[in-house]
Amino acid sequence: MGEKEREKPAKKEIVEKKYPMREQPPAERIKNYREVPYGYDVETAVKEARRCLQCKKPVCVDGCPVEIDIPAFILAIANEDFAEAIRIMKSYNNLPAVCGRVCPQEDQCEKVCVLAKKFEPVAIGRLERFIADYDYEHHIAPATEIAPPKDKKVAVVGAGPAGLTAAGDLARMGYDVTLYEAFHDTGGVLRYGIPEFRLPKAILDQEVEYVKSLGVKVECNMVIGKIFTIKELFDSLNFGAAFIGTGAGLPRWMKVPGENLIGVYSANEWLTRINLMRAYEFPEYDTPIWAGKNVAVIGGGNTAMDSVRTGLRMGAEKATIYYRRGEKEMPARIEEIHHAREEGVEFNFLVAPDRVLGTDDGWVRGMELCRMELGEPDESGRRRPVRCEGSQYEVECDMVVVAVGTYPNPIIPETTPELEVTRWGTIKVDEETGMTSVPGVFAGGDIVTGGATVISAMGAGKRAARGIDFYLSNK
Amino acid sequence: MGFKILGRDDITTESVRMVVAAPHIARKCEPGQFIILRLNEQGERIPLTIADFDRDAGTVTIIFQKVGKTTYHLATFREGDEIRDFVGPLGRHLDLGKIGTVACLGGGLGIAPIYPKVRALKAGGNYVVSIIGARRKDLVILEDEMRARSDELFVTTDDGSYGLHGFVTDQLKLLLEEGRKFDTCLAVGPIPMMEAVCKLTAAHDLPTLVSLDTIMVDGTGMCGSCRVTVGDETKFTCVDGPVFDGHKVDWLEAKARQCRYQPQEREAMDKFGKERGLA
Repeated sequence: MGEKEREKPAKKEIVEKKYPMREQPPAERIKNYREVPYGYDVETAVKEARRCLQCKKPVCVDGCPVEIDIPAFILAIANEDFAEAIRIMKSYNNLPAVCGRVCPQEDQCEKVCVLAKKFEPVAIGRLERFIADYDYEHHIAPATEIAPPKDKKVAVVGAGPAGLTAAGDLARMGYDVTLYEAFHDTGGVLRYGIPEFRLPKAILDQEVEYVKSLGVKVECNMVIGKIFTIKELFDSLNFGAAFIGTGAGLPRWMKVPGENLIGVYSANEWLTRINLMRAYEFPEYDTPIWAGKNVAVIGGGNTAMDSVRTGLRMGAEKATIYYRRGEKEMPARIEEIHHAREEGVEFNFLVAPDRVLGTDDGWVRGMELCRMELGEPDESGRRRPVRCEGSQYEVECDMVVVAVGTYPNPIIPETTPELEVTRWGTIKVDEETGMTSVPGVFAGGDIVTGGATVISAMGAGKRAARGIDFYLSNK
Repeated sequence: MGFKILGRDDITTESVRMVVAAPHIARKCEPGQFIILRLNEQGERIPLTIADFDRDAGTVTIIFQKVGKTTYHLATFREGDEIRDFVGPLGRHLDLGKIGTVACLGGGLGIAPIYPKVRALKAGGNYVVSIIGARRKDLVILEDEMRARSDELFVTTDDGSYGLHGFVTDQLKLLLEEGRKFDTCLAVGPIPMMEAVCKLTAAHDLPTLVSLDTIMVDGTGMCGSCRVTVGDETKFTCVDGPVFDGHKVDWLEAKARQCRYQPQEREAMDKFGKERGLA
């Protein structure tokens, strides 16, 4: 692939910090849904790319769930060979514009970047976003190579990150791929969950169009398990293999009194009404929403940050995070917490609701909270919150979003009795191939791991595509 | 590429029946299940019971009352028009098997969803006593169909213009007081009607199933918009229902949740009315 050598920058040339990315100012952006960071321009991207040390043993690649050849694409950007950069990128990743925006790079590639030992790591995520956006603007990527048709059909269930990745990879291998989606539109959590200000729908649409351009047929409004069972995909529709990427779409509740009061939303409902159904444009769009002025969000993950920041954009005067552990334990990306803080979100740590308080006619008026302290680490390695009895106090709020996690979607496991599941309802798979207990049926993403990241779901989709290829090639 | 409307008729001044080409759903659906539809890109997703289906013809029949923006808009669709999104079959189907004598109550638009259940109960060898009611005579729907599938059919109207002057509960009360025995009761209709039925049947120890029509978004268990308290558990109407033990439903909560978007629903309807020049 014509590896271009480039001299390592001498030590004195090292730029210690990432080149900053321009952002919409907080006071302005909380009044709109437009994307917060603007992305690098060409000049900044090239300068940032030149910070890369081009390590002989690039540990960043090991830190990437889809094993992108990071130094190679960065080198191409540094050399201003953008067509080569996007070619390299797309040979590993079907959704770079998504990953460049929503991946937790600080826990992955950038965490292990050699520069990060002393300085700030290379802004790998920003460079990934840059090259993907540059390509969408200038259409420079060479046509993706697609293997000759194999005349074998694969069904992919769920058009979220795992499904889009598996479908794209399988299509490139020459398989006849149909991607089934239960909603009326593709993207899964990328569309219903992640807000416009973090991942614009236009960007997602372009990524989905790319996957379609590889030959993937998309069928929406198809709730597999209900309209066709997994078995029927094989028996009636002649698929040779199936991939299940139906995600962890089932909201988890706090199971406290008052949780069904009006004004209590699951994060899924709050975000789906706004992101997928565009309730923020009501009445131009038909889906109604009721948005509070004093919004409480329970949880400390990215979904909680998305929910609370959406609350501000929906007109909240006060938007507060209540999290049962401490700031250090918050699973949200640092960038999201930082953005939320800038926008005026208040954070309350080591508290959890004991009950949601309601008015006589069934609307939320506040919460009774209990203070927590951190005890011994639990199975996740984080210190377990322990109740401080007698510490209960009340706060006022008129809306509550419950963002304390999700369970795997049960529709397919329930309608596929032969499929082995864990006691948490996740589907059991072979880690290497992604194959389930049913031959020819593969699974990956949140339906296997429980709620995790977009990129880990994409990694699982990639592994399963290889697993399916191996399975069908040896059948 | 939407879902084509193959037949459409106004069955009352307020209700419309549509036969929609949806072969995959028709192949698979069972009584008690529902679909979710969306009319266009700006549309909301609303659930509607599958009132009937024809597996051979590949069609699903929906019956809806014009109550809000989406249903008024849908009523303007004609034969040959397409509904953009039509997804199902959703919810659990109701498989009662043979249980004996069943009282089936349909109030107002609840007659549409009770009909496929009546049909299945009758086919399953049960003795079906149906009671259907509406505000006035011209709003009674599916009377012939219900009569054909029921062993006995009673009709009530609120204004006394047809059948018994009163509610479906009044007719059921009469039958119970006469000493008629039922093994199960099935009630579908507006919340106050189902609540009243449950109050009556609880006093007679008559097990009662209701089918809820809650506000939904996805219909696949994702959002919890449709949650309802049944006994001491929170259930999702879309995946755990829509049929529940009526004696355990928290009706007060269900009523409050059903009304929660009323101001927005009114606003959307007003806007639509103005755009379309409706009264």
